[in-house]
Parts: sequence; C-alpha cells; structure tokens
Amino acid sequence: MNRHILSILVENQSGVLSKVSGLFTRRGYNIDSLSVGETENSDISRMTITLQRDEEDVEQIIKQLNKLIDVIKVVELKKENSVCRELLLIKVKADLKTRSDIIGISGIFKANIVDVGKESLVLELTGASEKTDAFIEILKPYGILECHRTGITALKREIG
Amino acid sequence: MIASDAIIKSLEKEGVDIIFGYSGAAVCPIYESLRNSNIEHILVRNEQSAAHNASGYARVSGKAGVCIVTSGPGATNILTGIATAYMDSVPMVIITGQVGSKFIGKDVFQEIDTVGTTESFTKHNYLVKNAEDLPRIIKESFYIARTGRPGPVLIDIPLDIQKQQIDFNYPTEVDIRGYKPTSAGHARQIKRAIKRIKGSKKPVVCAGGGVLLSGASKELRKFIKKINLPAVVTLMGIGSVETNSENYCGMVGSHGQSYANKIVSESDLIIAIGTRIADRSTISQSARDTAMIHIDIDEAEIGKNLDVDIPVVGDAKNILNALIEGTDFTVCKEWLQEVKEIKSSDNGTRKKHDHKYVNPWKVIRFISDIMDDSTILVGDVGQNQMWCARNFEIKGDRRFLTSGGLGTMGCSLPFSIGAKFGVPHRTVISAMGDGGLQMLIAELGVLRENKLNIKIILFNNQRLGMVRELQEKQYGKGCIYGVVFEHSPDFVKIAEGFGIKGIRVISNEEFEKAFKDSLDMDEAFFIEVVVDPDFSTI
Repeated sequence: MNRHILSILVENQSGVLSKVSGLFTRRGYNIDSLSVGETENSDISRMTITLQRDEEDVEQIIKQLNKLIDVIKVVELKKENSVCRELLLIKVKADLKTRSDIIGISGIFKANIVDVGKESLVLELTGASEKTDAFIEILKPYGILECHRTGITALKREIG
Repeated sequence: MIASDAIIKSLEKEGVDIIFGYSGAAVCPIYESLRNSNIEHILVRNEQSAAHNASGYARVSGKAGVCIVTSGPGATNILTGIATAYMDSVPMVIITGQVGSKFIGKDVFQEIDTVGTTESFTKHNYLVKNAEDLPRIIKESFYIARTGRPGPVLIDIPLDIQKQQIDFNYPTEVDIRGYKPTSAGHARQIKRAIKRIKGSKKPVVCAGGGVLLSGASKELRKFIKKINLPAVVTLMGIGSVETNSENYCGMVGSHGQSYANKIVSESDLIIAIGTRIADRSTISQSARDTAMIHIDIDEAEIGKNLDVDIPVVGDAKNILNALIEGTDFTVCKEWLQEVKEIKSSDNGTRKKHDHKYVNPWKVIRFISDIMDDSTILVGDVGQNQMWCARNFEIKGDRRFLTSGGLGTMGCSLPFSIGAKFGVPHRTVISAMGDGGLQMLIAELGVLRENKLNIKIILFNNQRLGMVRELQEKQYGKGCIYGVVFEHSPDFVKIAEGFGIKGIRVISNEEFEKAFKDSLDMDEAFFIEVVVDPDFSTI
C-alpha cells in the first residue's frame, strides 16, 4: 500500500467537510491527514487528503468523491509532479543547558523560533513530511511537550 | 411571495401533482400553501410510508416521487423509506421541516440533524439557509434526482425560512459545477464492446434495474433478439426482458434459477447492463474469471465489485441503441444450443413439495396466467418476494416491484399505493408475508380512504419464513429462534375493520375462485392465503 495524495476542490459551504469525511468513514477508508482552506475564489475550498491504500481502492475513492455534488474536481497528486508542504508547531523542553543545542538544530532545519519561555521553546517548521519526521526525531531526546502537524497541503507543479 | 407558497409554486413548475406526506409543526406553513394549491396530498399513517409511496409512484411512472414530513420524529421515521429508494436508485425529492434557524443546534423540541443523518443515503441534500435560495434548490433537487443515476434528494427547510417573503423567480436552467452526468456513452468504448461481443463464443447479457430506470426495456429486447443473445436478469432487472422470449434465461442470484447462474458461469463474456453486480446477484462469484463488458451510468459501479474488461459509462437506452445500430452478426449457434440444454435439464429437477394448505408458487403462477400484460405485481421482502420473482411471468409491459437493495420489509403495501397513483389504469397486486404486512398494516387505511382498487395477497405462515430457513440451514433442523409469531391477529377482520372486504383461503382452488371473483369488484380486496410454515423459498 502506497501513500496517495488527493487534491479536492469543493464548494465552500458548511456541511461539505462532513460529506467528504463521511464518505471515507462509511466506505471504510482511513484518512492519514486532511487539510482544508479557501482558494483564490472564496466560493471554493481545496482539501488535501492523504491516505494509504491500494491503487484500486484509490480509484474507487476518487470515483465516489466525484459523485458528491459539492465536489468540483478531484486530482491525485504524484510526488514527482507536485509540491507538498506541511507546517509543524512543536513545543520542546528547553532549559539553560539545552537551549543553545535546540537553537542550533533549528538553524540546521531552517525552523523558526516563535516563542521562548523559561522552560520551553516553540518552533515552527515548514517542509516535506520526511523533513518534519526527521526534525521531530532529533528533538525527542530533549522532551517534546506538545506538537501539531497540519497535514500535507499540496499543489501540482507547472511541468509534470 | 411567502416562501411556503414559493415552494409549492416551484413543485408545480416541476410538474408535481401529488405529494405523499405527514404533517407536523415544522411544516405547517407549507401545508397551508398546499391546502390552497391543486397538488393532491396523500396522508400516510407512518412517515416511512410517505417515502415508500413516492418510491412506488416513481418506479412505475418514471417521474420523481415527492414526499414531505415534519422535523425530528417525522424525519427519523422516513429514513428507512429514503434508504430504500437510494439503494434502488429511485428518483425522489423529500422535503423535511426543520426547527427555526436560530434554534438549530440547541436540541429544541423535535430537532434532529436531518441533513447529517441522511448524508450517506441521499444522492444529495440541502439545509436551506436563505429563503431566496429555495427556487434554485428545488430546481436543482429535481434535476439531480432525475438525471444520471437517479436517487433521492432531500431538502431540509427551517420553519422561519418557510414564512419569509421572497421574490419568486423560478430558474429555467440548472448549472451545478460539480455535477455533469454523462449519458451518451463513449463511441470508442461502444465500438470495442461490439468487437468483443462479435469475437466471443458464449456471450450473455445480464440486465439490472438500470435498464428499467432508463426506460430501455424495448431497446434491450430488440438488441438481444437482433443478435440472438441469451439474457439473464437480476432481481431488480425483472421486467426488462419478457420471460416467454427464447432469449430469456432466468433470474441470477442466491435465490435465482440455478440454470441462470449456470449459464452465467458457462459463458465467456458477460454484458452487464444497469447492474451494480451486487452480492446477492452472485455474478461476482459465478463469473470471477469471465470477461466482462459493463454498461452503467454510474462510473463508480464499474469495477467496484468485479474487474471489468470494457467499461462503458452512459445511459442504457443510448448505449443499447448504439449497440443495435452497430451489430451486424448473430451469436454462435452452438452456444444457443448449449443454453437451451442447460435450461431444459434444470427445469425437470424442480423439487416436489409435500405441504399442507396453499402452494404459494401456484398462487403467483395463477395470477400470472390470468392477468393482462400491463399488470404490476409488488412483492415485499422474504419468501413471498422470491415466490413472486420466480413465478410471475413478464409479458408486455408487466412490472415487478420490490425492495431489492435494502430489503425493506413492509414496503409492498405502500409501494402499491404509490404505484396505483402513478398508473391508475393498471392493475396493481400487492403481495406480502404476515411479517411485512404487520410492519405497516395501518396503510390499509390510506388504501381505503383513497378507494384504491388494489388486490392484496397475504401469504400467512405465521413466521418470518426466510430467516427461519436461513437459521435451519446454518444451525440445523429445528434451530429456529425469534421468528415465529405465537399470536397472529385475524387479518381478514382487520382488513374489514379498515373497510376492505377480504377472505381467508386454505387451498389453491379456494384462492383461484376468490381471486377471480375479486377482479370483478371495482375496489380493493384482501386475500389471506394460509401457507405451510415449512414451505421453502426455492
């Protein structure tokens, strides 16, 4: 089973998110991540859904999504022809001894420090999921207090 | 114009002349507007029946059925009827009242999340937030319900919205950017299909309910005759092919004719038309390795349950016409001979029954023998359904209605009522078991109130016969539980209590006389047919 990324344009109306997520639930498909937001047209939202399934299942999901009246367009994005980014906010334990270490690591990963406290730091990182995974892994020994990943947002490249 | 008047006006614009419903506090303004309109309203006895009525009406008339109920319990009661229609792809528009907009989400009296609840078994649904949107939403609802793969569309209208003033302009066109159904069928795919049929040695058509929904029975019959194709039907496809046709090879499925299943498994190419290859049709088991051309208007059904070699997305009627036009060959004679042999070898093996009381197979065959070619037989769910399906001959325009997808017990009586309103000139016969009848027995009141001439055949074996059979098959003889009605009422007296004449018969001779006599009466008649509890389905 491979990871698939679906980019779905939907009507920007209440109830649409529930129609889309409900479809996944009742057909027995698990969503790994879901991000949703307005597009350049405020009437239309874009949902990016990632899931792990066989090719045939994904084909069936796309067909079922296309049947929803509020779904305008469904595209499967391939890694090689699209840009995928994820935002991570992470709160890490940081005292006098460890603070400079963590700041150093953040520099390497090009993460921003968005909050500095006496006992913790909040870091912000944007990038591909693998980079986020690696960053979290490196920070684990310092003690992760809280962590939030937005899930993937993605767009198709011009060439591809 | 007040919004409730605009709702009724919009329905009139859609050609609606009858609505099945049950009133309540959250739909009072609409009922007041309805009172002042020319649309007929049929008051049911349980909201579930309103949807079943609309369903029966739509199944025979080809128009979208319309029903209306109130919020809360009205909406929850109608759910089974909506799901029944959804599973059988029946075009329907359901209007539900909702509590006032500002109370939504406050758990007020008779509030339920109707749109959320019906999400998974409506083709689409709306919660109306602006009264001005009503004409557009109603226009869209009918369009969505009728086009593509038909289905139920629900409109939930809060009470305050119904009372607002709006400018009424009924739209002439529909433009939904997320909904553009295709009906033509891809020319290249059709060409490939024709080539494949020509190249196959043992092709067979499997026709489903989609053929009837598309109004393509005539085209299907013409096509199979033209190239001499054997054809089987699914339960929902009964009616698409005449049973006395040489090409007809029975109903497939777990309760179908075994020769039909055998012909499918012997074939080398299945041309599935308007069927979703459902589990109960058993096509997916008997044809695992057979090549398949799948013609369906719903792209998502193609390849869902079985791998398909040539998919053709589109309306059955259009595609059948293209197939008729594009074929200039006939099917190989050896195969037709083989089909004939399979058919006749199986006919002789029909089990003989030792039974008391009435033989239900003979009941249906008797009805089938003496009725005209426009008769509509409505089955319920369970043994009675299969007795009907297997013994009712399709001639001319005859139809057989049943709840195929959801298998909703109790549907027969309200389906019949809706069907009679849909095609009043045709004879409607409603068959059911004692379990199904008791689920919605009060609908006899609707039948009487509207003086509908429907003949009702109750097969009474004082139990849930098909589940009894299933239990004995799985757990052994006598291992039945929770399927016997220890007390049954006097059904004939109940019918009489509703003002419907009836009789109880305990032999086939008695039945035949009673049924024949009932045909001379221009009113409903109720026949309780006593059936041996051990009588089997097939």
